[in-house]
Amino acid sequence: MTLSTTLTKPAAAPGSSKSASEAARTARRRAALHWVAVHSTAIAAALFFVLPFVFVFLTSVMTDQQALTKNLWPTTWEWGNYVKVWQTPGFLTWWRNTLLYAGLGTLLTVVSSLPVAYALAKFRFRGRNLALMAVIAMMMLPPQVTVIPMYLFWAKQMHLSGTLWPLIIPMAFGDAFSIFLLRQFLLTIPKEYIEAAKIDGCGDLRTLLRVVLPMARPAIAAVALFQFFYAWNDYFGPQIYASENPGAWTLSYGLESFKGAHHTNWNLTMAATLLVMAPVIILFFFAQKAFIEGVTLTGVKG
Amino acid sequence: MAIAFGSRKASAGLPVPAALRSKRRRAAARTLAFLSPWLIGFGFFFVYPLVSTLYFSVTHYDGFTTPTFTGLKNWSYVFNDYPFFWQGLRNTLWLVVVMVSLRVVFGLGIGMLITKVKTGAGLFRTFFYLPYLAPPVAATMAFAFLLNPGTGPVNQLLGDLGLPAPGWFTDPSWSKPALTMLAMWGIGDLMVIFMAALLDVPKEQYEAAELDGAGPVQRFRYVTFPNISPIVMFAVVTGVIQTMQYYTQAIVAGKVASGVIGGSGQQFEPGYPQGSTWTLPQMVYNLGFQRFDYGSACVIALILFAISMAFTSILLRRKSGFMANED
Repeated sequence: MTLSTTLTKPAAAPGSSKSASEAARTARRRAALHWVAVHSTAIAAALFFVLPFVFVFLTSVMTDQQALTKNLWPTTWEWGNYVKVWQTPGFLTWWRNTLLYAGLGTLLTVVSSLPVAYALAKFRFRGRNLALMAVIAMMMLPPQVTVIPMYLFWAKQMHLSGTLWPLIIPMAFGDAFSIFLLRQFLLTIPKEYIEAAKIDGCGDLRTLLRVVLPMARPAIAAVALFQFFYAWNDYFGPQIYASENPGAWTLSYGLESFKGAHHTNWNLTMAATLLVMAPVIILFFFAQKAFIEGVTLTGVKG
Repeated sequence: MAIAFGSRKASAGLPVPAALRSKRRRAAARTLAFLSPWLIGFGFFFVYPLVSTLYFSVTHYDGFTTPTFTGLKNWSYVFNDYPFFWQGLRNTLWLVVVMVSLRVVFGLGIGMLITKVKTGAGLFRTFFYLPYLAPPVAATMAFAFLLNPGTGPVNQLLGDLGLPAPGWFTDPSWSKPALTMLAMWGIGDLMVIFMAALLDVPKEQYEAAELDGAGPVQRFRYVTFPNISPIVMFAVVTGVIQTMQYYTQAIVAGKVASGVIGGSGQQFEPGYPQGSTWTLPQMVYNLGFQRFDYGSACVIALILFAISMAFTSILLRRKSGFMANED
């Protein structure tokens, strides 16, 4: 999967003239130089991406005194910082709330979005393109555009402000991005499979559950991951609906209150920051393939 | 919008057999059933709030008294008297021009680099991708620490090199560059789509160009770029749309750098330092949830809606990827 851009012609046949072997040597030297240039650039770039994590980690294990100094390397390793973060009032509640929002939200999204995506990909009906356009418009809509009426509805009519339900309940009604990603994948399933299932006497729902669902597993995994990350990372939603009640905060919303409200030093704040990043990164390592596939699917790859 | 369910109109004049008609009706019912979760969602979470936002934008409403019709008063307030509007719009333009283009150029560069790496490609790819996954609040907190003028490692390194150490998130002329660096750190999504696009460029074209004696710059200009330009276009347009939603990083960076983080206590007015990080979405929050001027908040919301949909229509017009059908 690498593009070969260097001219590496095989060495000339034995017994040929001296200049040919010299040319081969030049080509080899050029290839080696190219290798060095590419890899040293890659290492420099890797430093830019990785060093922030390293410095955050190093600070997270400093003592309070050290964190006030300009030392970049901890003189004593204060692993107890992580225990202190766990014991911060509210931190466990934030974890529980985040898992509820992300877990339940993801489940509802997948269940409600799959049939919609299936209909948009495989049924023929008038207005299908219009419906698809509407999905895309909804996907690109900044959440702030609709937040005022939505907030007034959830707070004044449903009396649900101070909870995460105004963020979870809408996920039972399809998520535009998930519908779009699933549809893009379902397009690639040959219609022969679906026709065969019909001939075997499967109804539409049976076809979806028995034939399409197993084939769409990678896309469903990608959608579930994206939605989980979305909820995990969401800051605006909890700020609008849950800020008045710290018992309903999520990790992403609670984290910013760490520096200042709970601890004055960077060390504990950075330990908390890493604890918020960790689950997402661990999840990524388990599901790397599904994730990358999802990113490519939503980019323009018909 | 009116969606007519069921298959195409029966050809005029010909009587439609009853069996066929009932089959069509069944097909329509089935389509409706499968689409129903989203149809409810579209109506309730898109159409209704949009109409409602339009209505609020011409009324005075503070959430307690009944809304009263005030015509274009909110609009004139936002354009003439709301002190942050034009500054926020200028900031947004800055972010569109600088942040979006740097992200695309850098993402493309990293994508090209990763296709050329032969040793440890998987490891490098993971390194380049990971920051994209960092939750925005956590990533912003990390950068607020890295770039803090007191103990932050970045300014220490700059000092060791004898370079001037800016105030980053605390200096109005450096806060947007600091946010741009944060955005460039999370380039993983662009790297992946550019990588996929670059690997799709037919190898024969490179070979042909090489036979013609094209150097690396010419190969990029005449082979690589024409092949991947739709993806570049896609990255730019989605980048602009994302910038319209730019919220979390700006508000969190401002909060942490200003030291005003009280959770439910002290109120933080976005834009710190000196309004340099105001963006449109933050104005919806400020007007609606800090000043309880729902009407003016809805004016900003409609402006956001108009810009976002204008750029979305570019994506819709391009037939290639987004709207492609199976047949």
